[in-house]
Amino acid sequence: MEKRVTFKGWFLPLLLVLPQAIVSAVFFFYPAGQAVWQSMFIPDPFGLKSQFVGLGNFEYLLGNSYYRASFVTTAIFSTLVTVVSMGVALYLALLADRLIKGSGTYRTLLIWPYAVAPAIAGVLWLFMFNTRVGVVAWYLGVLGYDWNHVLNGTEAMGLVVVASSWGRISYNFLFFLAGLQAIPKSVIEAAAIDGAHFWTRFRTIVWPLLSPTTFFLLVVNIVYAFFETFGVIHTITAGGPQQATTILVYKVFSDGFVGQDLGSSAAQSVILLIVVSALTIVQFKFVERRVHY
Amino acid sequence: MHRRFKGALLAGAVIGIVSPAAAQTEIQWWHAFTGRLGELLDQQVKDFNASQGDYVVVASNKGNYSEALNAGIAAFRAGEQPHILQVFEVGTATMMAAKGAVKPVYEVMAESGLPFDPDAYMAAVKGYYTTTDGQMLSLPYNSSTPVLYVNRDAFTAAGLDPDMDLSTWQNVGAALDGLKAGGSTCPLTTAWQSWIHLENLSAYHNVPFATKENGFAGLDTELTFNGPVQVQHIQAMGDWAKDGKFIYTGRRNEGGANFRGGECALFTESSAGYAGVKSEAQFAFDIRPLPYWDGVEGAPQNTIIGGASLWVMAGKPAEDYKGVAAFLNFLSSPDVQAAWHQNTGYLPITLAAAEKTKADGFYDANPGTEIAGRQMTAKAPTPNSKGIRIGSFDQIRTVIDEELEAVWAGDKDAQAALDSAVARGNELLRRFEQANR
Repeated sequence: MEKRVTFKGWFLPLLLVLPQAIVSAVFFFYPAGQAVWQSMFIPDPFGLKSQFVGLGNFEYLLGNSYYRASFVTTAIFSTLVTVVSMGVALYLALLADRLIKGSGTYRTLLIWPYAVAPAIAGVLWLFMFNTRVGVVAWYLGVLGYDWNHVLNGTEAMGLVVVASSWGRISYNFLFFLAGLQAIPKSVIEAAAIDGAHFWTRFRTIVWPLLSPTTFFLLVVNIVYAFFETFGVIHTITAGGPQQATTILVYKVFSDGFVGQDLGSSAAQSVILLIVVSALTIVQFKFVERRVHY
Repeated sequence: MHRRFKGALLAGAVIGIVSPAAAQTEIQWWHAFTGRLGELLDQQVKDFNASQGDYVVVASNKGNYSEALNAGIAAFRAGEQPHILQVFEVGTATMMAAKGAVKPVYEVMAESGLPFDPDAYMAAVKGYYTTTDGQMLSLPYNSSTPVLYVNRDAFTAAGLDPDMDLSTWQNVGAALDGLKAGGSTCPLTTAWQSWIHLENLSAYHNVPFATKENGFAGLDTELTFNGPVQVQHIQAMGDWAKDGKFIYTGRRNEGGANFRGGECALFTESSAGYAGVKSEAQFAFDIRPLPYWDGVEGAPQNTIIGGASLWVMAGKPAEDYKGVAAFLNFLSSPDVQAAWHQNTGYLPITLAAAEKTKADGFYDANPGTEIAGRQMTAKAPTPNSKGIRIGSFDQIRTVIDEELEAVWAGDKDAQAALDSAVARGNELLRRFEQANR
């Protein structure tokens, strides 16, 4: 049953909604509208002149096979980041939830990486995996594996996924742990008395009861993988080798700020906006049905 | 600025009148130098400010080259542009096309009435920033050119004569065989692969990088670096990469760490890398001219520059430009230039600075440092070796990086990779042409 609050008249509800409406308008609708407007022009970098090209920028982009390939790269990258960061976080949260002694320390340590800015995280991982001086790369070499993410696209992708997921695990861990602790112990104990093993309890009780948290994290993590991983990619691979780690948002940056091609960059932002909105709608329409609140 | 304003007000209040003659005009300079280079730059500014009383130059670092250019552009759009902006060589076409946003240096100098002789500058340096009809658009500031660094100890360790002739790529190929056989894990590495192994390679062998005099003669230029000379070179490098003789370390100058650490025997890098190698290398090294392919007609021609120049932005009061001109004049003076050249490894931009450095005995004390200058000035530049002026150049370099990585990884042969780079680059050039029509 949904709760409904009814107001008499329009004035008060409008007033209450106003602050949020203003914030959305100033920080979202206005810039998004600008991006849509700019995507129909080819301007020169200095803003001295500008030509209207209609959908020309979109035609140019979608006709470019390298741009289309970037969709596949983005799909692989965001799926991996989401799965890795949520999977590991859930595993750690399950362990932390069962811990009795020292859980405070354990939790605090797990949350630390979240405080590290993406670009710094990128540099840290880059140092460890540097093909010539990296500690991890050196140990891999001792084991007979020649690590070279500078030329090997798969390794480069692996590295940016790990670096992007690392800080995110902390964030997800917090939510999963809170979700787990909100599940009444009595339900789990009852199941245990009935003879359900850990895995059965997890599958039939914990997972369904955790689903609102999981759903929320799924949406948030996909948005993260799409937009906020830019710093990691910029510091570790700059989109390379070849185009192995050029995700959509990185291309927006490189075309706009390296290439000074603001028309193409704006058009790409619009495409990105559409893709992420579509993904979120799909999630709410289809995935949310399986969520138990 | 605020403080000075307040100070002026205060002074005005005390005396009862604000004398305009007492006020110094402030000249803003945005640059991309940090660390040692930033210190040397600040010293130049300090010296200029101390040398006269009419103008105060204020230098601000705005990040790396790309970021400084972006900051300048964004500031122009907001009407807050600096007087002088340091722009890297690949941004030259972008700045040139921005008529109305920049004030050409020749114009600034002419209006100031200060003595200005374009012929005092090294032809190969100023050519990069000069129109086809000889007018200097921006002032060369820091310019370098690629040379070959040799780790002599690595040659000895591999049983090779460190004095062997490395002037041609054929000889370098033989040296790489010997180094590999002698157990070297990194016979050759490079920095800035597009700049050295395509842009300079083309100029050095007198073949075009792009049509229309490498873009100097028009925005409708098309890339042509997929010719036989370039393909032969990239294929050779690709073969060396496959055999572990050429080690690829990244798109920028990552390889410098490997060379300075003593791992790599040969390193193609900017002449401006000299200071770093000299201070860090724990081995005997020397500098050689960039190798060329024996048998290519006209080779070696001259190499071209990298680095940055100073652009004067439009939209400032006429009085300010007098100060800008005075400062640019100061920067070009032989003493300032010679010190800059000797401290950084950048080229002396004026002939007088080169002469002074020679007279100071610097070249005798630091053998190899004269090679870059000689390599650039050995022959009069041709339309293929004046420089490269194409739009979206930063992005085209990324495209080239991507395609070259396909060759080093063995995914493509040189011809296919360069054909693809040319096609993709041309698409970017057409967009640039459209944006600046």
